[in-house]
Amino acid sequence: MFVKQISVFLENKAGKLAEFTKVLADNNIDLQALLIAETQDYGILRIIVDNPDEATEIIKKSGFAYKVTEALAITVPDEPGSLTKILASLADEGISIKYSYAFYSREHGKANIVLRVDDNEKASEILEKLNS
Amino acid sequence: MENYYQPKIETMPREELQKLQSERLAAQIKHVYENVPYYRAKMDEKGVTPDDIKGIEDLHKLPFLSKDDLREAYPYGLLAAPLKDCVRIHSTSGTTGKRVVAFYTQHDIDLWEDCCARAVVAAGGTSDDVCQVCYGYGLFTGGMGLHGGSHKVGCLTLPMSSGNTARQLQFMEDLQSTILCCTPSYAAYLAESAIETGVRDRLKLKAGIFGAEAWTEEMRHDIEEKLGLKAFDIYGLTELSGPGVAFECSEQGGMHINEDHFIAEIINPVTGEVLPYGEKGELVFTSITKEAFPMIRYRTRDICVLNAEKCSCGRTHIRMSKPMGRSDDMLIIRGVNVFPSQIETVLLNKGMSANYQIIVDRVNNSDTLDINVEMTPDLFSDSIAEISKIEKDLVNSLKAMLGIMAKVHLVEPKSITRSEGKAVRVIDNRKLY
Ligand SMILES: [Zn+2]
Repeated sequence: MFVKQISVFLENKAGKLAEFTKVLADNNIDLQALLIAETQDYGILRIIVDNPDEATEIIKKSGFAYKVTEALAITVPDEPGSLTKILASLADEGISIKYSYAFYSREHGKANIVLRVDDNEKASEILEKLNS
Repeated sequence: MENYYQPKIETMPREELQKLQSERLAAQIKHVYENVPYYRAKMDEKGVTPDDIKGIEDLHKLPFLSKDDLREAYPYGLLAAPLKDCVRIHSTSGTTGKRVVAFYTQHDIDLWEDCCARAVVAAGGTSDDVCQVCYGYGLFTGGMGLHGGSHKVGCLTLPMSSGNTARQLQFMEDLQSTILCCTPSYAAYLAESAIETGVRDRLKLKAGIFGAEAWTEEMRHDIEEKLGLKAFDIYGLTELSGPGVAFECSEQGGMHINEDHFIAEIINPVTGEVLPYGEKGELVFTSITKEAFPMIRYRTRDICVLNAEKCSCGRTHIRMSKPMGRSDDMLIIRGVNVFPSQIETVLLNKGMSANYQIIVDRVNNSDTLDINVEMTPDLFSDSIAEISKIEKDLVNSLKAMLGIMAKVHLVEPKSITRSEGKAVRVIDNRKLY
């Protein structure tokens, strides 16, 4: 499954994150996942929301620098070693993972893991094979 | 084998050239003193008469002419020929209130076009070439200047004017243009588009004549590689005529000033003292052949260096460096002269936002230089590694341009304070006085 991940450029200053999340809250956008990667000057905020298209419009209108990327989201069976199995098969095929984080999906009531990989198509094929 | 448009004058021994300059200068000064009350008043105020100006050694006695003078004398105050003898005007695009209108007689246009023709020939142009002129036509001097030069050389001239990239590329391909004349940023854009649309390999360009805005060596290499041509710099000002005041030869090491029409000086922008060749300072030009709109010791506000060393191309006229900045906004940081325009050039060449802020401070008796640049949606990537690469690249290019290290900080779009719509460019927090 692919999800639309929105990345936003935020300065590393007090109140910046709150300023941003307020914009979403004011427009009734529900945050499902949030991850911040930071440097000394700035951070990249990565979010998954319930309505990515509407959220994108709002973010754009508010003047933020942002990017929408398709990220691979997988549901991991609740048993030991299942994530390792997935990661190992991706690694075997030479797919590298840029970053990853978990989020809870209300629809499925299950834990999902977002994998940002260098080759979405290929990774998706590998995972499909793994499931069949 | 180097070709010249006017071999005799372009390779004239320096002594002979200086003699010619002296004669022409004396005549030009007499011309303005007799015909332009504004010049006469300025000279009278300084106690100089045309009799005092016998040759180039007397040039320093004359008063400077500034952009403020041009504004004050607008529109006819510096006109030195009867209007009935004038055949054209051109004008700078300058921001409100800074517009300059320059007048030309047919003689002025002829000489201007000669200067541009020299640039076209220096770039390898002959009557076999197809010269595509994509500078704007109209009040701007770029289009009509290069157009006239291309005509004189006998190139098939494509008067494209600026814009409409798809059409530019189509003509470039269908008519097999060999010489491209435009601004360097438009050349870079055309290069990208040519590669994207796949016409790049069907183009026959061999030379580009690029000017009218600041660009870096890095940008030159990039354009040369992408379009498969040799890129030549050209310099000019509407006040003086237009493009072709100076132009680059095959050596690509500075622009030869057309000294039979313009005398160049370098001065200390603060004291007005004339500096020797090789020193960095403000470029001052004196026209010596113009009829309608002579410029006597006109302060260009461009900072550059003059080079009188012999050039391998055989031209004897001195060379000027690319302008390195503007005299009116110079900062001295750690003893080095830094111009905001240098920083802007690097940012624009790197595709960064023109919204930036330069912050100078002094910490522990040492100057610091910080540059805040607004992130743009185009440059933003969701990977820190990518953004760090952009930052590092920027720091290196700035170091190469300025000679000192600057710290770069990426900030959010539209976060830099603007006063009346314009970003406040420089904040100097040093308590120097
Ligand atoms: Zn030369």
